[in-house]
Amino acid sequence: MNAEVELEAGAEMLSGGEMIARALEDEGVEFIFGYPGGAVLHIYDALFKAGRVPHVLVRHEQAATHAADGYARATGRPGVVLVTSGPGATNAVTGIATAYMDSIPMVVLSGQVQSHLIGEDAFQETDMMGISRPIVKHSFQARHATQLPEMIKKAFHIASSGRPGPVVIDIPKDITRPDETFPYRYPESVKLRSYSPAVRGHSGQIRKAAKLLLAARRPVIYSGGGVILGEGCDLLRELAKHLGYPVTNTLMGLGAYPGSDEQFLGMLGMHGLYEANMAMHNADVILAVGARFDDRVTNTVSKFCPGAKIIHIDVDPASISKTVAADIPIVGPVKAVLKDLLAAIRTLQESAEESLPDADALARWWKQINEWRDAHGLWTARRYGESELIMPQEVIESLYRVTKGDAFVTSDVGQHQMFAAQYYRFNKPRRWINSGGLGTMGFGLPAAMGVQLAFPDEMVACVTGEGSIQMNIQELSTCLQYNTPVKIVNLRNNYLGMVKQWQDMQYEGRYAMSTYEDSLPDFMKLVEAYGHVGIEVRKREELDERMAEAFAMKDRLVFLDVFIDPMEHVYPMHVAPNGSMKDMWLSKNQRV
Amino acid sequence: MRRIISILMENEPGALSRVVGLFSQRGYNIDSLNVAATEDATLSRLTLTTFGDDKHIEQITKHLNRLVDVIKLVDLTEGAHIERDLMLIKVRAEAQHREEIKRTTDIFRGQIVDVGPRVYTIQLAGTTDKLDSFVAAIPEADILEVVRSGVAGIARGEKVLRP
Repeated sequence: MNAEVELEAGAEMLSGGEMIARALEDEGVEFIFGYPGGAVLHIYDALFKAGRVPHVLVRHEQAATHAADGYARATGRPGVVLVTSGPGATNAVTGIATAYMDSIPMVVLSGQVQSHLIGEDAFQETDMMGISRPIVKHSFQARHATQLPEMIKKAFHIASSGRPGPVVIDIPKDITRPDETFPYRYPESVKLRSYSPAVRGHSGQIRKAAKLLLAARRPVIYSGGGVILGEGCDLLRELAKHLGYPVTNTLMGLGAYPGSDEQFLGMLGMHGLYEANMAMHNADVILAVGARFDDRVTNTVSKFCPGAKIIHIDVDPASISKTVAADIPIVGPVKAVLKDLLAAIRTLQESAEESLPDADALARWWKQINEWRDAHGLWTARRYGESELIMPQEVIESLYRVTKGDAFVTSDVGQHQMFAAQYYRFNKPRRWINSGGLGTMGFGLPAAMGVQLAFPDEMVACVTGEGSIQMNIQELSTCLQYNTPVKIVNLRNNYLGMVKQWQDMQYEGRYAMSTYEDSLPDFMKLVEAYGHVGIEVRKREELDERMAEAFAMKDRLVFLDVFIDPMEHVYPMHVAPNGSMKDMWLSKNQRV
Repeated sequence: MRRIISILMENEPGALSRVVGLFSQRGYNIDSLNVAATEDATLSRLTLTTFGDDKHIEQITKHLNRLVDVIKLVDLTEGAHIERDLMLIKVRAEAQHREEIKRTTDIFRGQIVDVGPRVYTIQLAGTTDKLDSFVAAIPEADILEVVRSGVAGIARGEKVLRP
């Protein structure tokens, strides 16, 4: 008790608002993405007076969460959001859910009405704790200013450890008032008795996994976003190279394994590559790492990879055997488990009498995979000559060429997202930034903004469509204010493309409310009105040149409006319902 | 299969809503729910009963464990355990029925805790089965009101659920 009093005697006296500003600084926060309002004005004033942590004023709170999310995905550090009570908080909800579905570390500070007004339907009151409960990793409501430093430390700890995720702190206005000060000390670390994510995998399970992997004759490594989140990419590559096994990545995992490596099969799943889906379906051993057997991967679960034994590594036990039962479950952080697994494999290989894995079997497996690749590999230029119009795939290939495969690429949701995932070969993790789990249209532009702020000298492209870009187009204004020279690549087809594709395939081409008719804005005038540059591309011959022109304007935001063939579909596409991994449409009239 | 899951968690505002919310969010059902602080005021003990196969229950326990407020939990039905449900039941007790109800109450080792000219209120503790049997033994038309606490449970022997 005495020690505590002494410590507090030496501590600085701060108001609740000042504590928040200082705690964010002490936590090493680089940017706050937010929007002020009544309930958070004390906090904003404290931030303004302290002047230490830059704040990015978005034009809609949803964009604050996406920008923080993009920042987090690109850097690996938690994104920070500050919004006011009521509509500020509810506008942030879509972005919080987006981060939750993709396990992105984020700390959201939401204002709340004064404590004595809570529950009285006060102006701009909403139950943020209740509204956000199913879409947060955890949440806190502050009751007193003195709780704030430790609460903020806990929020960052929870958001960024274990399986990461968003954490909300709801802060009633009265506890941030400037005229009441309390001793401030920011804890160096926190301990929660009820929260201790696994730090190592079970060694017995790891040995079993090593044995099964070495005995495999038709192995596939199936890795997801967890490998990126858990910083396991180098070890994944080492493991794959050591064994010579093929690797496929989920939509969230792209970049975890180098996209242009010959052992890479491409993305798997609903719009996965033929060879990736075929390899999965015919595998005898699947090593799933930081992936969650999402329904967009598995197709019909009961028909999923019938001959495969499954090893599943995940830091979240609830992800294991949730949809597909694992034969060897391993709970633990990807990095630690992969390290132990590699060591176990090497030990087994040294002690084994024969050479493991079986080189002949592996060679036969690769021969088979290469036959699949040759037969129906990524769609190459088959219709380029047939259509007068630019094909969407060509646009992504042009983007890849011009950026030399080294850009950060954010996307929105729809056909353009799938084309980008298929055709931009990501060789590094954290370069492909998209809303995989929730599928949030409107994610791309604000996310790109967050990425560009974190990496001002890097190329950042936002691949989008007319539907998605208009869901957060107001952020063009934020981009001007904070000088984020994002390159927006709009695949212009005048439809909600993915909706149209499903309507073509399943509703006999009845385009129920999936076209804008003649109502689209003149994007050139629009982006110019926002102070940016617009470039239209209508001819195939101009594509690379215009793309290069856009990226040459290093300090300007450029909106490339590329008119593409509106009839193109994304292929391969899983046959559904009742299809397995191997059942795919390869084109409009070819089904395997 | 019926399961009794007993949860030790932080006695924090909102903790209960996270547990209950998880069940509705993921489409699991709660058959009964009982919660109160323990001897340590910072801890709550929550007992809930639910139905499901092994896979289902495994998912439920994994997701419960994932909640930051949950410290530990145990599926009591996996081992020997004691379970008690408390019931207060108000029944019509008039003239010729009064003696009959008293006798039934004695057979079930219940207590009449409130007596009125036309009603008895009976207190009965036991397993869910026992309470169900008692309710079945009273003519339906005589039952005026039933209040049950939901199951509270604890493992037999030296096993304890502590932080």
